Amino acid sequence: MGMTMTQKILAKHAGLSSVEAGQLILVNLDLVLGNDITSPVAIKAFQNMGKETVFDKEKVTMVMDHFAPNKDIKAAQQCMMCRDFCGNQEITNFYDVGQMGIEHALLPEKGLVVSGDAVIGADSHTCTYGALGAFSTGVGSTDMACGMAIGKAWFKVPSAIKFVLTGKLNKYISGKDVILHIIGKIGVDGALYKSMEFVGEGLASLSMADRLCMANMAIEAGAKNGIFAVDEITKAYVKEHSNREPVIYEADEDAVYEQVYEINLSEIKHTVSFPHLPENTHTVDEIDEIPIQQVVIGSCTNGRLQDLRVAAEIMQGKKVAKNVRCIVIPATQKIYLEAMEAGYLKTFIECGAVVSTPTCGPCLGGYMGILAEGERAVATTNRNFIGRMGHVDSEIYLASPEVAAASAITGKISAPEEVV
Amino acid sequence: MEMKGKVIKYGDNVDTDVIIPARYLNTSDHKELASHCMEDLDKTFTSRVQTGDIMVAGWNFGCGSSREHAPIAIKASGISLVIAKSFARIFYRNAINIGLAIVESPEASDAIAEGNIINADLNNGVLHNETTGEDYQVEPFPAFIQTIIENGGLVESIKNGSIQ
Repeated sequence: MGMTMTQKILAKHAGLSSVEAGQLILVNLDLVLGNDITSPVAIKAFQNMGKETVFDKEKVTMVMDHFAPNKDIKAAQQCMMCRDFCGNQEITNFYDVGQMGIEHALLPEKGLVVSGDAVIGADSHTCTYGALGAFSTGVGSTDMACGMAIGKAWFKVPSAIKFVLTGKLNKYISGKDVILHIIGKIGVDGALYKSMEFVGEGLASLSMADRLCMANMAIEAGAKNGIFAVDEITKAYVKEHSNREPVIYEADEDAVYEQVYEINLSEIKHTVSFPHLPENTHTVDEIDEIPIQQVVIGSCTNGRLQDLRVAAEIMQGKKVAKNVRCIVIPATQKIYLEAMEAGYLKTFIECGAVVSTPTCGPCLGGYMGILAEGERAVATTNRNFIGRMGHVDSEIYLASPEVAAASAITGKISAPEEVV
Repeated sequence: MEMKGKVIKYGDNVDTDVIIPARYLNTSDHKELASHCMEDLDKTFTSRVQTGDIMVAGWNFGCGSSREHAPIAIKASGISLVIAKSFARIFYRNAINIGLAIVESPEASDAIAEGNIINADLNNGVLHNETTGEDYQVEPFPAFIQTIIENGGLVESIKNGSIQ
């Protein structure tokens, strides 16, 4: 029986010639990731196991991004624990303030993941690297600890849903609109335990930033992983960022899919997820006036250079609406620098937005933009659960950077065409 | 593996942000996490939960973040078992890895009401509702999962040699 792209990568990493959905396998890992929230729990578990050294100091990475730069004393203690552990273990890829960025923007940029890899991360959005044609999935801290100890993780081989992309995105429509549209269609558990595989001629109009954004939110449909077929755009990205050779896997022609959806990219409109689930999607052209108090442009979903470029283009020469706070967070130091050199940061500041150092901060209600009771935010982040960005009675509307930038100007949820 | 307790019931898509809000993730202390468990969904939970109580919920329990703090907070609150129609996949792994018993059963989730007393025998796959007298059949845990949960989680099981 034919295998999906994900199944082929898993089989290879388990040393098997083939696998099928439902099979339990032990997989050799190319990279084990943790952050400042999940790593302390994993470090305790690792030490509790009685292990002295990690399986490979080149293949374990920790990124201080969630509550860093340290938001309070407890966060500082957690970062210190990670710093000490990585120092003692001589872990090469430890990213602290100054080098760090939001983990899922940082790792592809640093070339730590390439096509064909098998990666686990103690962060649910680890599925982002599927954009590169890698198998990559979020796990908990105990799995991270075992991964650090033995370089392996067990998996149940997932079945898959195939998304055949056709057509081409219209101006000011991006990967975020596509993935919100898909989650609205299949629901927050529509791909539970499964792979989401993205293929088709439509890939040609999706940049790496679009693909990383879409794979990032596979977890919001419950998926084990999201993965994109590798094409010239992927190969060029990997070549630019990594010295490692990509390994390209393609699904067999007779691979079995539980469902196949055809998505015509030309038909995708500006899409927003209303509180309190990513599946509560509406297109901007069908909604009533929704006043907002905050806009966040950033996160592992949409803090990349392309996202900042389009936001700056839309906001150029305008002012953030009165009573709206607009917070822009470049996802990595490199993106920050490039956005500065290109003049985007100047545009944001002249508009009345603030620009923050890279951090996950407000996305998970940590700091750097917490909402008060009854407030509404438009955010380019990935979750709009109850209380996610602050007060239990605040609201988050998930949107593309295009819609977020336009909304910052008008003070209500708006399409970019309204302001450009 | 048997447990008995009073039911505390919730709906669909209970996410990890309401199980333990991220503002408390600056610690991994089990008791401190338990003191904020469920607070954005149910402010009464921490004051009414008793050791041994059983949590029952709908579809996609534990969706969202990979934070292991979520099953840790539930377990440290005294909950002995979570019954749901389905679990989000990372939560499912994490719960087993830290030794929190969980079981999937749409039938039991529909039939069981808040406050019912449930007697669970997971090795044989039977949930008995003492309040209504009903029995619900569930998939028994495979042996290695039973071993992990009985030993208090994957780390303890590796450490004491019960999983090799």
